[in-house]
Amino acid sequence: MKKKTFLIFIIIFVLFCFFVFFKSLNKSNIYVPNTTSGKQLSSFSAKTLFNNEKINSDLLFSENKIYLLNIWASWCVPCRAEHDMLMQLSNNPSIEIIGLNYKDDFINAKKFINKLGNPYSRILTDKDGTISIALGAYGVPETLIIDKNKIILKKYIGPLNNQSLKEIMFLLK
Amino acid sequence: MNYLKIIILTIFCFFSFIVNAQNTNTELINKISKNIRCLICQGQSVYDSQSDFAISMKLVIKKKIEEGSTESQIYEYLKNQYGEWITYDPEFNKNTFFLWLLPIFIFIVGGWLIFKKTKFFKL
Repeated sequence: MKKKTFLIFIIIFVLFCFFVFFKSLNKSNIYVPNTTSGKQLSSFSAKTLFNNEKINSDLLFSENKIYLLNIWASWCVPCRAEHDMLMQLSNNPSIEIIGLNYKDDFINAKKFINKLGNPYSRILTDKDGTISIALGAYGVPETLIIDKNKIILKKYIGPLNNQSLKEIMFLLK
Repeated sequence: MNYLKIIILTIFCFFSFIVNAQNTNTELINKISKNIRCLICQGQSVYDSQSDFAISMKLVIKKKIEEGSTESQIYEYLKNQYGEWITYDPEFNKNTFFLWLLPIFIFIVGGWLIFKKTKFFKL
């Protein structure tokens, strides 16, 4: 009887181990951030790149439209790659593109804009990266789509591509 | 002369208080940043990492402490921004209950087996 109980116990244990490994080994250990947050945009204040004027986010995102907040830097190579997409989007009047210049040299940032064009209605600066942390961002480039109620509808971590452009256009409809 | 002594003593106390406050803040920043995961350099804490993300995160923690936030308020703030994964301390919920309860279960079953098998308890 004792042997039988022990055997059942061993079988259950082996099955349990098999089940745990079977489920877990297929799962990726790499953290995947949540890109559809639905969270309220945190309030922040930042200076603008060109005229050094201090602006509060509550005033900046106050109009009844969809906003695209793009975190970028002149030293970031993928930011150059996505810049054309932002230029395309800037032609659409139903979206306002706001830039957040991340940990950048202001002279280089201005050169970047003068060379590649300015898709942004306003460019804010985040010299020490703390505003990006308040926005729940990971680095550059990163794009947040924000609705009229200041709810983050979607987050794009990394450069925008054709697929993300299609998704944004769909959100604007 | 007595006035001079009082002034020197006051200045000394003032500076020692500032240094002590700074040390306490640094200790708390280090403690919190050791419990926060660097999300872009996985496997490292914010304390260990020198990535841009980690450097900014340490600054945010410092600012929050200076604003008067408590340790738990800072964890809550960061969890709200980045999700529960940011801390090294998993909460008890439907995804983690097994993780928390299994050691207790093993401890109880193991203790019971030892109790049953060991002659020491049969004395």
